[in-house]
Amino acid sequence: MTSPAKTTVLGLTDEELIHPGNRACTGCGLSVLYRIGLKALGRDCIFVVPPSCLTVMQGLYPISATQMPVLNGTFASTAAIATGVRAAMKRRGKKTQVVAWAGDGGTSDIGIQALSGALERNEDIIYICYDNEAYMNTGVQRSGTTPRGGLTTTTPYTGKQEQSKNVPEIVAAHNPAYVATCSASFPLDFHDKLLRAKEIKGLKYLHIQTPCPPGWGCDERMTIEIGRMAVECGLFDLYEIIDGTKRLSEPSERLLNKKQLRPLQDYLALQTRFAALTEEQVAGMQKRIDERWKCYREALKEEGQ
Amino acid sequence: MPDPRFKVLTSASTSGPGDAGRTGSWRVERPIIDYSRCTPARTGKPSCHLCWLYCPDNVVSKSIEPTIDLEYCKGCGICAEECPVNAIAMVAEEEFPAGGKNEP
Repeated sequence: MTSPAKTTVLGLTDEELIHPGNRACTGCGLSVLYRIGLKALGRDCIFVVPPSCLTVMQGLYPISATQMPVLNGTFASTAAIATGVRAAMKRRGKKTQVVAWAGDGGTSDIGIQALSGALERNEDIIYICYDNEAYMNTGVQRSGTTPRGGLTTTTPYTGKQEQSKNVPEIVAAHNPAYVATCSASFPLDFHDKLLRAKEIKGLKYLHIQTPCPPGWGCDERMTIEIGRMAVECGLFDLYEIIDGTKRLSEPSERLLNKKQLRPLQDYLALQTRFAALTEEQVAGMQKRIDERWKCYREALKEEGQ
Repeated sequence: MPDPRFKVLTSASTSGPGDAGRTGSWRVERPIIDYSRCTPARTGKPSCHLCWLYCPDNVVSKSIEPTIDLEYCKGCGICAEECPVNAIAMVAEEEFPAGGKNEP
C-alpha cells in the first residue's frame, strides 16, 4: 500500500466553515475536530446529527454557527437517517457526501442497532463517532464507552465498574470498507483519514477520542495535551483498517520503536474522573496496555521475517 | 405539489458568528502574544501556525503576525499550552481596564 500524502499545517485550507462564538464549552476537543474535519470534507456534504454536543455547538435558532446543511434526527436512528439522505441524493444523481456525526452514547448505546444495520447494508456514508467517554451534553452520565473506574454523575463514588465497549472493533467485525481511530489531539491525522475515507465507496467509520474538560475534570488548556498523552501512553491506539488489514497510524506507529511507553499514571493524574482508582487497578490497566503493545511488536517482528 | 402550510412553518437560521453571544465575556484569562518570540512573526515567513490549528473557536488568524479575536475568544489557553516557543501568555482578565487595550 502506498503511503498517502500528508497534510501540513501550511497546506491546510484557510477557509473556515464554522463561526466563532458558538455554544461549545471553553477548550472543547470536539470544536477542534469539527473545524478541521469540515476543512477536509468541504462544502458538498450533508450532516446527520443526533442529540449530542454537536447539536448544541452548531447553533440554535436564529443564528447557526455552522455553514453546513444539517439534519437533526433522533438518537436511535442516525445511521438510518443518513441511509435515507444518501438514497435521496442517489435518486437525484448527486454525489453529495452524507456524514453521520454522533457522540459515543449515540453510537455505542442508543444508535448501535441502526449503525449495525447500515454497516451490514454497506451504505455509502461516512459515520463519525466522537468519543468523549460519557454523555457529556446532558451532564456527564456513564455511557458504554466510559472507561472502567471513570467517575460520572451516575457512577459518583467508586467509578464505573464495568469494562468499556470497544466500538471500533465491533464495527470492524462487520467488515466495512474503512475503519479508523483518530484523536482530537492529532487533527491533521484526522484530516488525512477523512480525505482517504471520501475516496472509498461503502461505509466509512471513524472513531475519535475527544477530551472534554468539564467531563474529564481537567484544565481547559490541557485538552490537546491529554489526548496526546492517551496516545503516547499506548492507551488509545490510532489505526486504520482498510479491506481487513489493520495498520497503526503514524502517531502510534512511532511508539513501536520505543522501549518504554509513557506511564499511564501521567494521563490519569491530570483528570479528576480517575480519582477513585486504586493503585492495583492502575497497575492492572498498565499491565493490559503493556501486553497489547507486546503483541503489536511481536506481530511486527513476524511480518519482518 | 407540497402542502403550502409547510412553507409557513419552515424557519431558517442565518449562519453567522455569535450564536452564543459575545463569548469573549466567558474569558477568565486573556492570551497575549509576544511577537518577539513567535516563530512566523520573528522570521517574517509563514510557518508553525499551531495556535491557529488547535484553536477550538477559530479566533486565531493564520497570518505572519497571528492575531486573536478577543470578541469571541473563550480564553481556554490551548494556544498558550501548544505554542512550541511559549510565545503566548495567559494574563488574568482583571488586569485589563474595561474596554482597554491589550496592555496590562
